[in-house]
Amino acid sequence: MTDVKPKAVRRLGDIVFANLTFLAGISILLTLATVAAFLFAQSVPAFTGEPIEAAENGFWAYVFPFIFGTVYASVIALAIATPLAIGIALYISHFANRRFSQILGYAVDLLAAIPSVVYGLWGILVLAPFLTPSYRWLNENLGWVPVFGGQVSATGRTMLTVGIVLAIMVLPIMAALIREVFLQTPRLHEEAALALGATRWEMIKMAVLPFGRPGIISAAMLGLGRALGETMAVAMVLSPAAVISFDMLTSTNSNTIAANIALQFPEAGGNYTNLLIATGLVLFGITMVVNMIARWVISRRAEFSGAN
Amino acid sequence: MNNILKLGALAAASTLVLAGCAANEAAVEETTSATTDTTETVVELTGTLNGSGASSMAAGQEAWIAAFQTANPGVTVNYDPTGSGTGRKQFMEGATSFTGSDSYWKEEELGGEFPSCAAGTLPWEFPIWISPIAVIFNLDGVSSLNMDGATVAGIFAGEITKWNDAAIAAANPGVSLPDLTITAVHRSDESGTSKNFTDYLGAVAPDVWTVGAIEAWPAEYGGEGAQGTSGVVSAVSGGNGTIGYADASRAGDLGTVAVKVGSDYVAYSAEAAAAVVDASPLVEGRESYDLATKIDRNTTASGAYPIVLVSYLMGCNDYADDAQAELVRAWASFLVSEEGQQAAAASAGNAPISAGLRAKAQAIIDAIK
Amino acid sequence: MATSQLQSTFQGTRDLPRWVSPLMLVGFFLTSFFLQSALASGADSVEINLVPVAVFGLLGYAVTLYVLSRIVEGVRKATDRLVTTLVSTAFALALIPLISLAYTVVTNGVARFDMEFFTFSMRNVVGEGGGALHAIVGTLEITGIATLISVPVGILAAIYLIEYGRGTIARLVTFFVDVMTGVPSIVAGLFAYALFVIFFGPGVRMGLGGAIALSVLMIPVVIRATEEMLKIVPNELREAAYALGVPKWLTVLKVVLPTALAGIATGVMIAIARVIGETAPLLLIAGFTASMNYNPFDERMMTLPVFVYTSYANQGVDMQAYVDRAWAGALTLMIIVMVLNLVARLISKYFSPKG
Repeated sequence: MTDVKPKAVRRLGDIVFANLTFLAGISILLTLATVAAFLFAQSVPAFTGEPIEAAENGFWAYVFPFIFGTVYASVIALAIATPLAIGIALYISHFANRRFSQILGYAVDLLAAIPSVVYGLWGILVLAPFLTPSYRWLNENLGWVPVFGGQVSATGRTMLTVGIVLAIMVLPIMAALIREVFLQTPRLHEEAALALGATRWEMIKMAVLPFGRPGIISAAMLGLGRALGETMAVAMVLSPAAVISFDMLTSTNSNTIAANIALQFPEAGGNYTNLLIATGLVLFGITMVVNMIARWVISRRAEFSGAN
Repeated sequence: MNNILKLGALAAASTLVLAGCAANEAAVEETTSATTDTTETVVELTGTLNGSGASSMAAGQEAWIAAFQTANPGVTVNYDPTGSGTGRKQFMEGATSFTGSDSYWKEEELGGEFPSCAAGTLPWEFPIWISPIAVIFNLDGVSSLNMDGATVAGIFAGEITKWNDAAIAAANPGVSLPDLTITAVHRSDESGTSKNFTDYLGAVAPDVWTVGAIEAWPAEYGGEGAQGTSGVVSAVSGGNGTIGYADASRAGDLGTVAVKVGSDYVAYSAEAAAAVVDASPLVEGRESYDLATKIDRNTTASGAYPIVLVSYLMGCNDYADDAQAELVRAWASFLVSEEGQQAAAASAGNAPISAGLRAKAQAIIDAIK
Repeated sequence: MATSQLQSTFQGTRDLPRWVSPLMLVGFFLTSFFLQSALASGADSVEINLVPVAVFGLLGYAVTLYVLSRIVEGVRKATDRLVTTLVSTAFALALIPLISLAYTVVTNGVARFDMEFFTFSMRNVVGEGGGALHAIVGTLEITGIATLISVPVGILAAIYLIEYGRGTIARLVTFFVDVMTGVPSIVAGLFAYALFVIFFGPGVRMGLGGAIALSVLMIPVVIRATEEMLKIVPNELREAAYALGVPKWLTVLKVVLPTALAGIATGVMIAIARVIGETAPLLLIAGFTASMNYNPFDERMMTLPVFVYTSYANQGVDMQAYVDRAWAGALTLMIIVMVLNLVARLISKYFSPKG
């Protein structure tokens, strides 16, 4: 594979440009190292200083429910958003007519800009009341399924609502990226498939999806990144408690790390601030682990790229 | 690369177009030079005064700032509603010249350094903002209920779970209460409102509310959490059979609870809130310029409403920077003046502090160096 | 209908008439609706929940269409129809909340979407009136600076990863770019604050700090999007350029980048849209003010998301005035992104290689 790589003539411009791009790449590492170093330095007093009332059972007992909540909410969000994003992208790139699809794509892009505060407002004022009857129905009829059990919330500000709000928040970004990749599917591949008598779905299965798979995973990672770190919308919509609970429809939900920081930071004093920053470091660690898993998943499939 | 240049130029151009002056902000220099002083004010105040702290008084600060800046066009006052804890912290870092806080200085904080103040001097504080906390609920057809402290505590501690509970029914003869589950909504962020509310619960019903005054809600008490006053109000109005506590100015159309004081049930009002502060003793062992007040939640004074939030204004007795001292003196004097208190009350719906308190505060302000 | 006849001859099956599918869709939804209302009238609650109506209507439609198509048209066509139903459903399902959101923002936003909103700041304004000019200027300046930092760095880093990077460092950078997408926005704000405290002392507030925080969030998005687009530029183009003796750096600048430009422009737009609505970091480092400030290097600077947040969170007695301003601020943000989006599309339309 590597020796077929074409070699071009190297000149001064080449060397300057190559080093410039290298610098840009390195600057990413530097920035992250600075962020991590700062987080780490600010976290230390939480462990060495005097004990904090909020974390009387130790740091990990304090942070574990939040870790759980963060991962749980993001998993729900991604489970909802990924198929929908693929659906939107496919619809815009291969099902809708061209003019219509451009307008649609444009509309979806706009929604990525709405501040999370507004998603939060919409979540409380529109979505939660709308979903409450369905939650009651789910709880009554499917209450034996563990996640739907418990005392159903009267206001709808539950884990499932948060998952849905997060899914809607990451949807525009994921859909835009996936659509862009689907649109780049080589026209010849598609036409060849159709010429062989494939139905539209068979063409998509044979030509579009394999081509777009790295793009889909990449988009899912972006979505996950945003869902894990989303602060204001979760803080506004979720009814949190310091517990670990799989129930999606109750008022007692595990909070997320980011939302907990936002909720407690303004009134935090002394060591408590450091404790919250330490939980931020944990969130940072979680994204790293998630990314490692995703990298591993991608690397198990041969990566498809025009550049290698 | 010229594409990117064009993009940059476009962005720059659009910024320039938009960067006109705000219509309501006249250029300061012109106004000040054109104004001929009709009052006896000798010195025209200029400069920027930065403060931060409690978000509970943000709406009041907005009114104060507007009135103060109108009177002193050369001054810009900024108030960051960051929360009391952050506000006090920023003051202790020397980042701000004054602070609004829902709780008075802690002993250990007074032992620290205050870089804004002259070396070795401590800050003053006095109540500037009294705000009744209303117990709000949303129950079809009911706009007002009577409850004693133990009942309110029972509801928020998760012991009273139905609206037709005997304890509620006994205090409200003639009101038809449904067999509906109570959803008690509390603040999910740490706040002075929670602290004052739970302080009240712990004081009047120590058997039911065993954890005392807290900022973070204990998980075993259950209930539903919501962010900020706006979040609690949204959650209470969004559900049916919900109850919560919020700044009284935000109660709106929701039903409110009259709480038992002595043998009467008292609904919240500005006068009732100011009354309980006057009836409460100062915290012992503080300096004369420290008017930290221990609110007497168990008061039996007639017409006093004990669930109030008291916020303090804090600043230096002796500023390291004399220009700041002058600004703070003018600013704080305006805040405690009757005019200032009325301006805030009209805009934010809080309770003005009493005349006696205003006089004591003015004495502290006059001593600022 | 010659083609369809041709197809059916080839497949040895017939096609379903075109009217079958829409008719069935309407039919199933109506049936589901009436069934639900019949059930609901039995219970004591009168209102009909539209969620189960949609769920059962759609389920019935999809299953019946599949079975029918399988009998008449064969397995492959049936699967195709099923997938079409699924994709369209996914699309419609996703559009409902998005439309509801846009509708909420627009209808609530127009109440204060007037001249005063764009010509006034909030200085000396209490209760009604006032505007967000100070916040609009702040948002444009801060996001603009963040874009000026992030786009060159992001695109260059992506070029490094795709065109140059080999070995450990490249793999490290790729990995950490992914990690960087996971930096919570509030952490980015804390980082910028901690960085600026070192230089300017505690309590520092300035627009530039906000721009730095936003850059931390924006750079990985720009890199990821650019990377995806560079990857799918066909190798043949590069080879052709090399064959003509074009140096590699010029190949990248003149051949690869222009080919990917439309996608990169979209990527940059996504990145801007991602950060322009950020509240938490700006609250920390850019701060809060009611007055104009054009200078991103000094003092507090208001931004639209912070404006929306504080208007909502710190309402005065005249609550409606505050809430109206919050919604108008959200609508303004949406429109700013709409304009930027248009610009990006124009750029990719005029500067992309034709064909």
